[in-house]
Amino acid sequence: MIPVGFDYERPDSVDGALALLAERGEDAKILAGGHSLLPVMKLRLAAPELVIDIGRIAELRYIRVDGDEVAIGAGTRHHDLEASAEIAAEVPLLGAVARTVGDPQVRHRGTIGGSLAHADPASDLPAAVLALGGTVVLRSPRGERSVPITDFYTGVFSTVMEPDELVVEIRVPRTGTAGWAYEKFTRRANDWAIVGVAVVDGRVGLVNMGQTPLRASATEAALAGGASIDEAAALAAEGTDPPADLAGTKAYRAHLARVLTKRALTTAQG
Amino acid sequence: MTKVQITVNGEATAADVEPRLLLAHYLRDTVGLKATNIGCDTTSCGACTVLLDGESVKSCTLLAVQADAQEVTTMEGLSADGEHLHPVAAAFRAEHGLQCGFCTPGMVMATVSLLKENPTPTEREIREGLEGNLCRCTGYHNIVRSVIAASGQDPDTVQGLNGHAETAPSGGVEVAPGFSTGSDS
Repeated sequence: MIPVGFDYERPDSVDGALALLAERGEDAKILAGGHSLLPVMKLRLAAPELVIDIGRIAELRYIRVDGDEVAIGAGTRHHDLEASAEIAAEVPLLGAVARTVGDPQVRHRGTIGGSLAHADPASDLPAAVLALGGTVVLRSPRGERSVPITDFYTGVFSTVMEPDELVVEIRVPRTGTAGWAYEKFTRRANDWAIVGVAVVDGRVGLVNMGQTPLRASATEAALAGGASIDEAAALAAEGTDPPADLAGTKAYRAHLARVLTKRALTTAQG
Repeated sequence: MTKVQITVNGEATAADVEPRLLLAHYLRDTVGLKATNIGCDTTSCGACTVLLDGESVKSCTLLAVQADAQEVTTMEGLSADGEHLHPVAAAFRAEHGLQCGFCTPGMVMATVSLLKENPTPTEREIREGLEGNLCRCTGYHNIVRSVIAASGQDPDTVQGLNGHAETAPSGGVEVAPGFSTGSDS
């Protein structure tokens, strides 16, 4: 499978990438690790006229503790997250979730910024950042803005990003010793989650339970109101509209959401 | 066309390529190194695994231009010659870690990367570490033994003579519980 032909640019700075986006953003796609974009280009489901490769912009690849938050450069690779001592100490959920993405080869290439911007509701990291209550930092020639992850997604493969904007940073609160867990249900190794549930500090993020990553709001409210894990987990699929496909029906996914939420809450409780 | 200069197995290569040329095709057709196989062409099977600056990657999901000015290692570049095999290649031969051999270059390159990150893995870590490589002969048993041997450990000691790991899943994450019981418990 060969992509449709395209122009290729590899700027060596964020400013260089933004200048290209400003000029040709409507016709361009950003390539970071390429493990979401290249497969759809090979299937010719996407045919950008210009590919802007930001994969080697060093200023986008970092993990640093910043006050109450951990700031992660958008070009930080999944393998960086799973191997990072700072992540393990400050946001252990994120490292554990990164470790379930794809396989080692994929994790050597895929980036957190790419995963979030691609906006696949079956991806692991968006729901984890949602459970963490993180923020996506976008930059364009017009300036920089921070979008809470709760406001970032608008639909399948859709976000609030404008064509001239680039994800430059992801910020997540330091959760330290707060209980956490990630339950990912797959049939085969390195598959996407049929359903996934990320729990941290009483917040619950759902993978593949709707058009976007979702919070299990009813479960969270029940927990906050003193409900037991059993009672709260029974509400995990409330308000969701999961997809039906070869991997499972809506009812099956709702069932999985309840079971996995119970397991995750139990693990997180310690 | 875009000019790329890629160091492949220690030797400089250069070509004018279309940006859409995949690294796997660059290695096989432009450079002429055929060890890197293309199996699924969808980032699943791992037959096309090579090292990019020392890390395993799937060359069917990488553009040649993404590897510009970087170092690629393929199975051909691993061993000095047939008499002096790289330890991982030698272990795959000694433990008969292949059947038809199609997945083998990818398995070997993935193993080199795995052992670089984790020099003495448990059996479970090996199975998780090679989850991106499929063997359609289903010859995993001896592949895992090969990796154990390549790490300098004794396969019979690590696996037990029955050949099954007793160790619990690593870390706090249950990647694949396997099946649902059908009840909400």
